[in-house]
Amino acid sequence: MRLAGRLGGAALSLVMVAVLGFFLFRVVPGDPVVSMTRGRPTTAAMQAELRSQFGLDRPLHEQFWSYVTSLLRGDLGTSFTFRRPVADVIAERLGPTLLLVGTSTLIAVGLGLWLGVRAAWRRDSAFDRAATGVSLTLWAVPTFWLGMLLMMVTGDLFPSRGMRDTDTAPDFVSQALDVAHHLVLPSVTLVAVVCAEYMLVMRSSLLEEMHAPYLVTARAKGLRDDLVRRRHAVPNAVLPAITLVFLRFGLVVAGAITTETVFSWPGLGLLFYDALTGPDYFLLQGLLVFTASAVVVMNLLADLLYGVLDPRVKVV
Amino acid sequence: MSRFDRAGVAGAAVLVVAALVAVIGPLLISADALDVTRVTAAPWQSPGAEYWLGTDHTGRSVALLMVQGAGTSLFVGLTAAVLAVGIGALVGILSGHFGGLVAGALLRVTDFFLVLPALVLAIALSTVLPRGLGTIVLAIALTSWPSTARMVRAQTLTIEARPFVERARALGGGHAHVIGRHVLPSVVPLVLVNATLAVASAIVMESTLAFLGLGDPTRISWGAILHQAQLHGAVPQRAWWFLLPPGVAIVVVVLAFTLVGRALEAVVTPKR
Repeated sequence: MRLAGRLGGAALSLVMVAVLGFFLFRVVPGDPVVSMTRGRPTTAAMQAELRSQFGLDRPLHEQFWSYVTSLLRGDLGTSFTFRRPVADVIAERLGPTLLLVGTSTLIAVGLGLWLGVRAAWRRDSAFDRAATGVSLTLWAVPTFWLGMLLMMVTGDLFPSRGMRDTDTAPDFVSQALDVAHHLVLPSVTLVAVVCAEYMLVMRSSLLEEMHAPYLVTARAKGLRDDLVRRRHAVPNAVLPAITLVFLRFGLVVAGAITTETVFSWPGLGLLFYDALTGPDYFLLQGLLVFTASAVVVMNLLADLLYGVLDPRVKVV
Repeated sequence: MSRFDRAGVAGAAVLVVAALVAVIGPLLISADALDVTRVTAAPWQSPGAEYWLGTDHTGRSVALLMVQGAGTSLFVGLTAAVLAVGIGALVGILSGHFGGLVAGALLRVTDFFLVLPALVLAIALSTVLPRGLGTIVLAIALTSWPSTARMVRAQTLTIEARPFVERARALGGGHAHVIGRHVLPSVVPLVLVNATLAVASAIVMESTLAFLGLGDPTRISWGAILHQAQLHGAVPQRAWWFLLPPGVAIVVVVLAFTLVGRALEAVVTPKR
């Protein structure tokens, strides 16, 4: 029953994402074709041609119907700037983003949870104060600015644009090393910002458990302090923290947009920037629907994972 | 005074200084000093006696840009936060007070917006709407109200379950009476804390949108200065004076709002 409710909720959210995506870019003041061709020499005939090409001259309900039916086939429309299906463009850019976001999230989760546990276990210690202070400060730091700063401070140590050099040898090892070299600065930027959030979440989650009676029992049994922490406190506190990692996926998406823009990392985030500078409404609409759906799915996973990891939730 | 209070007071002091700079500063700057066509200084000057923070790519003083930008950043942060928290409080109280279909629908919409990645939606909104301060404020407010709504709703539900509200109802108190006399006063402290923290994230969001080039093109804000810095290659030119001040200002002001918010939170919700 609970599962059905969750699935239904997520399905409804996906429908709302699709509807929002449609109306946000249709019910806008002004003509989309005029905005998209601004700054380029276009005649009225060319604009009319574009309008019919993108189906903008048809009544709204017809447009909506064709939007819905093509969405169900996985067709996100045609990009105005790339003149290709939006789904193809997105698929092409997905790899680099998964690489950047995946690497950074893994490092950030590991580091953040470890720091959070250490800070909470010795509450108000010098380490706790330093870690909390740094995290709060990092939370206030705009991601893009941190990226620009790192780029300026490290100078020529790391490449700061793109994902690979054109003159790298074509064998796998050289290519992989080159990509890893390019990955350093963007992933450090993303880790710094996201890690702070995870650290604070883990810290407060463990603090909630600190006075639980089962810890008193564990200590009364004569367990060493770090065994109490590792075997008893952390396994209980890590569950909500892990779920929150999935729940804050939107944060990672936002971080990826600005980080990729600063470092010209050829992923979805940079595609967002391309789409908004165009402006390319069709591409932006596809990206909105795609990323929002991804976040909805991640949230559903978080929900389901929580039920599996923590049997106490099912009772409620 | 506890460490928390001290941090809160320090934060408040920073905010007072920032507000003074933002309000008084622009009155002391002549329009010519920030007009690209009328400046006389050489571009890309590093900090010196005449220009404390150097000059930008057009020869404008970075220090003056910073003072001028303070107003926009703070104004957008404050208005967007007030609007967001206002929407959040309204939705929260309505969905907590009225049960049934209304609550269900409002809760569904709140959850939907809570899930949507805020920056993605804000980018979409500021791309389709005409550029300007109003658009930025609207884009930030429309994407950051749901967390307040959840919190206010929870608080409303707790209050309405208390015996004194039941008594008020039994004595014939209507919706307006219950909401105005009982729910609202208990929600206000929570809303204030939320508003303070919301300003912090609104300022970061404004700087991000401005950096992406979605800001008001006629106004200087700290994020817009960084947009110019990126656009004209301040990083490869190592023009640290062009890059550091806006970022440091954002971090300091955002941190100050966060510290004040956390100190207020500790006062409003005493724990154990």
